[in-house]
Amino acid sequence: MTTFAELLLNGVSLGSVYALIALGFVVIFKATEVVNFAHASLLLAGGYVTAVLHDDIGFWPALLAGVAGAALVGAAVEFLVMRRYRGRDHSVLAIVTIGVDILLVTELTRRIGTNVLAVGDPWGDAVLTIGSVTIAETRVAALIAAGLLITAFLLVFRHTSWGVAMRAAAESAETAALMGVRLGRVSLGAWAVAGGLAAVAALFLTVFPTPGLERSTSLAAMKAFPAAILGGLDSTTGALVGGLTVGVTESLATGYQSDLTFLGRGLGDLAPYLVMIVILLVRPAGLFGTKELARV
Amino acid sequence: MGGAALAVRDLVAGYGPVSALRDVSIDVPDGAVVTVLGGNGAGKSTLLRAISRTLSFHGGAMTGGSVTLDGRPLDGRGADRVVAAGVSQVPEGRQVFARMTVEDNLRAGALGARGPRTAKAAALRRVHELFPVLAERARQQAGLLSGGEQQMLAVGRALMASPRLLLLDEPSLGLAPLMAARIGDTIREINGQGTSVLLVEQNAALALRLATHAYVLEVGEVTLSGPAAELAASDEVRRRYLGVVDETAADDASRATAAHPVLSRWEDSR
Repeated sequence: MTTFAELLLNGVSLGSVYALIALGFVVIFKATEVVNFAHASLLLAGGYVTAVLHDDIGFWPALLAGVAGAALVGAAVEFLVMRRYRGRDHSVLAIVTIGVDILLVTELTRRIGTNVLAVGDPWGDAVLTIGSVTIAETRVAALIAAGLLITAFLLVFRHTSWGVAMRAAAESAETAALMGVRLGRVSLGAWAVAGGLAAVAALFLTVFPTPGLERSTSLAAMKAFPAAILGGLDSTTGALVGGLTVGVTESLATGYQSDLTFLGRGLGDLAPYLVMIVILLVRPAGLFGTKELARV
Repeated sequence: MGGAALAVRDLVAGYGPVSALRDVSIDVPDGAVVTVLGGNGAGKSTLLRAISRTLSFHGGAMTGGSVTLDGRPLDGRGADRVVAAGVSQVPEGRQVFARMTVEDNLRAGALGARGPRTAKAAALRRVHELFPVLAERARQQAGLLSGGEQQMLAVGRALMASPRLLLLDEPSLGLAPLMAARIGDTIREINGQGTSVLLVEQNAALALRLATHAYVLEVGEVTLSGPAAELAASDEVRRRYLGVVDETAADDASRATAAHPVLSRWEDSR
């Protein structure tokens, strides 16, 4: 029972980090209808900036710089690349993001090399014990930080003019333009916000129990894809539920791996995709996604 | 709040190789209601898109002519600048943001308006006075409103930007006659408060009652124009758009048809 509680808590914490990534993914999709395959490279960029700067300027300023850096990279991708292709087919744009991803990941991989970079977080490998349940402080911090960020984001999305413009553009770009919404700005903002959220997620993907930032960190970020897709690509609620689903599934599958050896090893990595496939079989638009309607 | 004068001169527009408007010139004097009549595919929506700079969403472009508001050019700017200059459009088919609340739809309408908060609050009061139902249903999802209520919301949303010129694309489309008449009264009231109105309609009877001046658009060209009362009395308009048939009018019309090619059953999904 204790193991289960620990695994569940870890899963929820991990899930909240995936939710941060998935949220950025959904924001870009809602604002521009583009599936952003370059999201993992934004995350890697944010983590890299934090890892490189924390020795010189301290952890918190480095984290801020990481968030700003990833937001800037996101905005730059929108401004320099995506904007040139506006009005094109959205599947073409999705493929363009794959190209951007390859460029960014190649450059970052070259810089990181075979090193494992520490991000200099203040939690280290300290653990928190509540009753018989033991959980790493980093996991608690991840849960709290992700919770706060997501709440803040949803409040902004619901109540500010930026949020109204964003939602209007998501429903109909042309009608939003008739209201005087500047679609370029909305899309730029979406990419920047997605980058910022990804940078925070990068931090919590590289702290204890993970050794640090390495080349393969962007692969871990890939697990947010099934999170976004199973929740429904155009739903913020879906991103949260999807993130938690993937996190808990992964944590439980990894934790109980020894009982599931007949399924082979590495089930934890596979489980999120299995869950995604099962959910899509039942609900092709994802849990909270809008059903695709053919307009006649 | 005041109105504004719109002048469209020799407008040429099309979608790729397809020409939609040829040398169209239209004037909306300050404080007037002007209507543009025409069948499906005549180019009415293209005209409004050219004014509001949203042709690009349909793969179209303006290739000649000019559009000015109070003498200042509107063409060559982004759609947001047109809104900021004081021109709001109620799109065809209402196009309310169905998944947003009525309240948020109205907020969206004010996004492009320049001006202080107090102006937006005043605009909201005005919209609520015109359409009390929008205040009652503020928290409801716009997609759940009836057709007539959605049209009120679409008009109210456009008014949130406190426009000096209001563009209306087929506001009576798909509405029951009583509701269409109500929308007509509202347009008159909005105009009475000083806003100029350019009304595009297939319901010619309604449009000619509201307007001071009217244009008839056929296959991308202006074929008739004049004071609304005169057009309403003209045989050709009576036969073609008002459904009145008599011998001489029918003769007149067939002569006019010979002069201008008319695609009478042209279904345009745009």
